Amino acid sequence: MDDQIKISCSNIWKLYGENPEKFLKENNNNPSTEQLKSNKYIPAVRDASIDVKTGEILVIMGLSGSGKSTLLRCMSKLIQPTDGQVFFEGKDLLKASDKELIEIRRHKMGMVFQHFALLPHRTVLQNVAFPLEVQGIEPIKREDRAKEVIKLVGLEGREKYYPRELSGGQQQRVGLARSLAVEPDVWFLDEPFSALDPLIRKEMQNEFLRLQNMLKKTIVFITHDFDEAIRLADRIAIMYEGLIVQVGTPEELITKPATDYVAEFTKDIPRSKLLNAESVMNNEDKKLYDNTVNYKEKIEKIASKVLKSEGSYSVIDENKKVIGSLSKKEIIKALFAENKNE
Amino acid sequence: MNKIKTIFKGKFLFIFGPFFLLWLLRYIVPNYTISSKTPHWAYIPPKSCLGGCGSIDGFIPFVDWTNALIQFLRKYEIFGLFTFRDFTRGIANYVDKFLDFTEAVLHKGFPSYEIGPLPWIFIITLTVILGFYLRGWRLALLGGTCFAYLILFSKRGIWELSMKSLAAISVSAPLAALIGLCLGILAVKRKKFANFLWPMLNILQSLPHFSYLILVVIFVGIGTKAGVIATVIFAFPPMARLTILGLQNISQEIKEAGVMAGCTKWQMLFKVEIPAARSPIMLGINQVIMQCLAMIVIAAFIGQPGLGHDLLIRLQGLRLGEAFEIGVAVVLIAITLDRYSQALALKEPERREGNFVKRNPYLCATFFAIIICSILVFLFPFFNEYPKELTVSASVYLDNAIKSFTRSLFVPLGIFRDWMLIYFLMPLKAVFQSMPWTGVILFVGAIGWKLGKMRLALTVMLFVFFIASSGYWVRAMITLYMVFASLVICALIGIPLGIWASKKESRTKLVLNICDILQTFPSFIYLLPAIMLFQISDVSAIFAIVIYSSIPMIRYTVFGLRNVPQQIIEASITSGCTERQLLWKVKMPLAFPEIILGANQTLMFALFMVMIAGFIGTVDLSQEIFRALSFSDGGKGLIIGLCVAFIGLTADRLLVEWSNQMKKKLGFIN
Repeated sequence: MDDQIKISCSNIWKLYGENPEKFLKENNNNPSTEQLKSNKYIPAVRDASIDVKTGEILVIMGLSGSGKSTLLRCMSKLIQPTDGQVFFEGKDLLKASDKELIEIRRHKMGMVFQHFALLPHRTVLQNVAFPLEVQGIEPIKREDRAKEVIKLVGLEGREKYYPRELSGGQQQRVGLARSLAVEPDVWFLDEPFSALDPLIRKEMQNEFLRLQNMLKKTIVFITHDFDEAIRLADRIAIMYEGLIVQVGTPEELITKPATDYVAEFTKDIPRSKLLNAESVMNNEDKKLYDNTVNYKEKIEKIASKVLKSEGSYSVIDENKKVIGSLSKKEIIKALFAENKNE
Repeated sequence: MNKIKTIFKGKFLFIFGPFFLLWLLRYIVPNYTISSKTPHWAYIPPKSCLGGCGSIDGFIPFVDWTNALIQFLRKYEIFGLFTFRDFTRGIANYVDKFLDFTEAVLHKGFPSYEIGPLPWIFIITLTVILGFYLRGWRLALLGGTCFAYLILFSKRGIWELSMKSLAAISVSAPLAALIGLCLGILAVKRKKFANFLWPMLNILQSLPHFSYLILVVIFVGIGTKAGVIATVIFAFPPMARLTILGLQNISQEIKEAGVMAGCTKWQMLFKVEIPAARSPIMLGINQVIMQCLAMIVIAAFIGQPGLGHDLLIRLQGLRLGEAFEIGVAVVLIAITLDRYSQALALKEPERREGNFVKRNPYLCATFFAIIICSILVFLFPFFNEYPKELTVSASVYLDNAIKSFTRSLFVPLGIFRDWMLIYFLMPLKAVFQSMPWTGVILFVGAIGWKLGKMRLALTVMLFVFFIASSGYWVRAMITLYMVFASLVICALIGIPLGIWASKKESRTKLVLNICDILQTFPSFIYLLPAIMLFQISDVSAIFAIVIYSSIPMIRYTVFGLRNVPQQIIEASITSGCTERQLLWKVKMPLAFPEIILGANQTLMFALFMVMIAGFIGTVDLSQEIFRALSFSDGGKGLIIGLCVAFIGLTADRLLVEWSNQMKKKLGFIN
């Protein structure tokens, strides 16, 4: 197995209904939408295959009921999938014993929940120390570690507070701290900021990026908010009715949407913020002009100077090699066109 | 009201048709009169029985079978070693050990070590501090007042009696809570066990207390330990229920958080699930305590000494003034324990920072209070034993007051009582007594079927069939008549009162507070005013039932009306509804499902109270149970108990299902 791949899911199915295993087998592990409907099965996840690479932020995106949370729970085996395989660091999770699972969860996984899921009878300190406590780590050690993490998320001085005394944003900081207390390799975040007000949400997203810059975890992040997804993601997987419709970088999703559904999602995104020179340039024209731009530059930054100048710009890569060109025409197309192929 | 119409549209004949037909036929069948000695089998269940037995009236000898089983359990030696009765008596002896301890602490003392019981000053002080800790000075005042009353009015030994009762409660309540908690946890963890436990809890909670008293007498004996065991059996079901509900309602995310932290099964249970379900579990403990208090008087029937025992004797002797004094003590203890345990349930952990005293103020206060009280007790005998000379009793004045009160009201109350009997109760009783059992079975079956559940229909028909075949049909119909009469009166009082109360926030608060207080009274207390006002008659029984069981009717009406969504009310007002239209066209239809649930609860309360009212001589099932109790006839007691339970369960199944269907139609639940 590839070292770069932390979690590998293949052909995950999760059906709700009567005896779904049998039904799935009878239909060659691939029942159609009609078959599912006529037999009254509710498909939460259908034939989902996806790899999570070490150190990346993978955002799973979809509307409510699209199966994104279920897929996440299959990855941590909070839910037993009906069919399919999940490998965690090359280990088959679905075949792991309860004991092995507890060990993996105690040391390798951390999870943050939409509604925080703090234990109401415990103080902030006790909540954060909870995962260490169940491992049997002695009180002084675990409290020291908990204090460290609380400091990390900026809640110093609130150690003795009870969750009900904190605001939503603060409560989620406790949630973040708790999930980080055991220094997990993989960080699962299930719509962590959805229950927060828009301003706080923005603040928490920055906080999250700050933490990730320091910690470099492998992250699976669930959201229904496409803005949030493109802000945070290295890669995005879009789910629709249990299916993974497309996986790709934010640019790929916008420039090459696989289906109308994805296109509909990406349509209202301010393209200039997302697209870079490379993704909109004219590939054929590889002449060297007077002015050059780096291929990673966002359109937002270069649009005005290209539009002001008369001639074209050369697009160069990190070796100063010309890989294409940008003229007014490409910029205008990038800013206003639905997508590149039109 | 349209909702009700739609459910029964065109179904009226189907449901009531066969019932009325049978009923009418009775008067058409030739040679039939009410006094006829051989009624037609379709009207009154036949008396011949399957087993060829002679002693029982029913055509299926359930009572004999049960008695045979009891006999077997008494005599048969498991592995040739001990009988089931030896086993239960063995357990009872363990209970006795705990009881010895609490009794010694509270009122007997430890004579062998020359230590007396806990002095009263300790009990009052500690209660007050606990009250402060749990909620604040009001609760502390309540607790202090309660015990001050007990000590002040103990001319006839109310303090000692209270301590005896509290000693019994302090064994039975923890035991019942523990059993309930364990069963509840087990039911949540093992689906199969839950399938077994739920119906058991349903039946246990609808069986009248007196039917298990008989079994307790047979298998345990009499006295305080028997009382404690009866109390435990009676008090654990609500605990189990609330534990199950509490554990099931923990948010999925909190459980997942526990799993993701890597909890083992036991860690999940003790560190995540039980603490997260803390409030409902603590409310369960509150319920257990209240049930234990309700049993104070009932357990006195099998010889448990204490407040209940003396209350009972005074009631039987119609010494109402003294009974009133004890009644007040029982009520005060009930309210105090209720408020304390409620406060405990709602208590949130508090953040305190600083030095040790600042972090643990109540612990320190307790410590100092104990030191000071000890010094006081050591120096002044007054604080050790409250001198008898300083106690008071108002029973003589109370007696006189009650006498002059009833005397002045004797004539109008007498007229009212006779009027009720002649024009309402007697005709109603005749109607119920003439109902054909086959018709009733068809009737409940038809309702069940129309509510759309074949299984429901069969269940309720089976319940009614059981009652009919057990040989207590006529008595059961008298019980039903009392319950129905009370239900009608409760609705006539409760619904208008509920509507009135729901109009203003302040009224709602007032009425609900009064309901709260009334609900904490142990049920026997309600017999006091009933006897005072109406002597011994059906009217006094129904009076007691009505005051006790109007509470849910009022409560649910208020709840239903106040929970109508604000948006809908605003929409109606902007559409130009008058106050009256708003009530009858908008609020009442939306509150109707809740009101039905209220009627259901009222019915359960009434059924429960009918059994207690048997104490003042009604001629329904309760009287049979009292008779069974005095003959220690366990089989009869249990079967009659089941009859009562099945009356309750039949009504409960149908009404709850009806209410749920209406709620679904209104879109309140999915």
